[in-house]
Amino acid sequence: MISKEEVQHIAKLARLELTEKEVEKMQKDLSSILDYFNLLKKAPLSAKILAEQNFGGQTFRKDEVVSSHDIADELIGAAPDKKDDYIKVKTVF
Amino acid sequence: MGFGNWDFKTMDLTQLTIKEAHNGLRNKQFSSKDLTLAYLEKIKKSDKELNAYLSVYEEQALIQASEADKKIAYGNFGMLTGLPCAIKDAIMVEGLKCTSASKILENYVAPYDATVVKKLKKQGAVILGKTNLDEFAMGGSGENSAYGPTKNPHDKTRVAGGSSSGSAAAVAANMACFALGSDTGGSIRLPSSFCGVTGLKPTYGAVSRYGLIAFGSSLDQIGPIAKTVDDCRIIFDAIKGKDPLDATSIEPEISNFKFQISNLCIGVPKEYFVKGIDPEVERIIKDAIKKAKNAGAEIVEISLPSIEFALACYYIIAPSEASANLARFDGIKYGFSVDGKDLLDVYLKSKGKGFGNEVKRRIIIGTYVLSSGYYDAYYNKAQEVRKLIQQDFAKAFEKVDLIFCPVSPVPAIKIGERTDDPLSMYLMDIYTVSVNLAGLPALSLPAGKVGNLPVGLQIIGNHFQENKILSVASQIEIN
Repeated sequence: MISKEEVQHIAKLARLELTEKEVEKMQKDLSSILDYFNLLKKAPLSAKILAEQNFGGQTFRKDEVVSSHDIADELIGAAPDKKDDYIKVKTVF
Repeated sequence: MGFGNWDFKTMDLTQLTIKEAHNGLRNKQFSSKDLTLAYLEKIKKSDKELNAYLSVYEEQALIQASEADKKIAYGNFGMLTGLPCAIKDAIMVEGLKCTSASKILENYVAPYDATVVKKLKKQGAVILGKTNLDEFAMGGSGENSAYGPTKNPHDKTRVAGGSSSGSAAAVAANMACFALGSDTGGSIRLPSSFCGVTGLKPTYGAVSRYGLIAFGSSLDQIGPIAKTVDDCRIIFDAIKGKDPLDATSIEPEISNFKFQISNLCIGVPKEYFVKGIDPEVERIIKDAIKKAKNAGAEIVEISLPSIEFALACYYIIAPSEASANLARFDGIKYGFSVDGKDLLDVYLKSKGKGFGNEVKRRIIIGTYVLSSGYYDAYYNKAQEVRKLIQQDFAKAFEKVDLIFCPVSPVPAIKIGERTDDPLSMYLMDIYTVSVNLAGLPALSLPAGKVGNLPVGLQIIGNHFQENKILSVASQIEIN
């Protein structure tokens, strides 16, 4: 079983506030889901080799400059707290 | 269906397919306004109970209908002109709310049109409203919506399937002529199967995702949900193609060749017919395979040895991508925000109050498997296994043209049946997720019923072989 502290640590990394009850449920759910993921340990070793081969042959695409339409006002308009053309946030420090 | 003898004054216009409605418009038997009013009436009558729509835009739809009627009067119109449709609420329509069925986006108004919506509008389609889904498209039943589950039109005590629950239910209940959905791990095919409609998940890259709220970016794909295979083809043709605003999209070379089922070889993966499948579902799928055989197809058993890892692989990769994609919903940039003592507190509280249980669960899974110390064991391992699954399909398609299998091991489940046990809910996706991991196209085609519950046959093709899938599907479609 995943510990309470571990769930709380992961939630903090994800910037997600969880209630006591949610942490408890998450411990249970996450444990059974991670147990299920152990199935992958059975996967043949050839997977690693295959993946490395494929990554070696990866083709990169060119950087493209895409001109976007002028929707700056709409994008700023969606923010809950703003002043003129700025999005307002709480003090960081 | 011939409709030369139909009396359009007394008949229910909402039962027409795209082709039939298009012909009716062309022959001036009714107008787009007549059609739109008929659908709006049907929504008023049925949707209180079904909850397929999150929002309906009556006034705008009627304006679009009268514009379509003008186009039709000038004789300058396409297959979708004047036809009323529904759009999954994870796809943006400029000026309309786009909630992704989440509280965190409850007041978010889309600042631009998704490319697929732009294409539909250009043809003159009428947008009736935005449809319900599992929050951020995460779920197989439709129950994870912050605005209540969509009910199955065939049995209102059961789920519509997810995540494109509202799109499939709206088409099944004649509340839209067609709909758009999105499919990350089965989200078009599963609800199409449960609701008895036809849904196509196109090849990764065949349709632009610009304007689709991102969930799993290496898996997401937009596609059509409609009454018939032909209708799916018409919509797919309208929305596909390269878009400079989505770097993963390409101009697919999809042939128009008319494939005859009698010249094709169909593979049936033996791993898909093992324990866990409902015997009635198995019988219906086997009957459909027999039907293809009787039509002259060669049927061979194939093996996809790595398929047993697909579900675990998917539930590592999809939540990993989701945890990154959903980081943007932080209480700063979009509608919903909870005040806090400092910036971090705003993040924590806004996400904590704004996201529902399943979304939180997936963010936690994703963050966990990506965290240092676990990254290799889970995320990297899943990426390796993904290659194995892709290789399995590539080998299979050296021998066969198409693969037939079930969409889901069970028909629509009861509302609430699996909500307490996430793993049992995930198991409903066992036949659909591998297609997304391999980027393949696949269709859900109504194949029969268990009692009054529809069951879909899944037809999987090789990359960009949508035409082959659709050709064969139309030859075995139940009329």
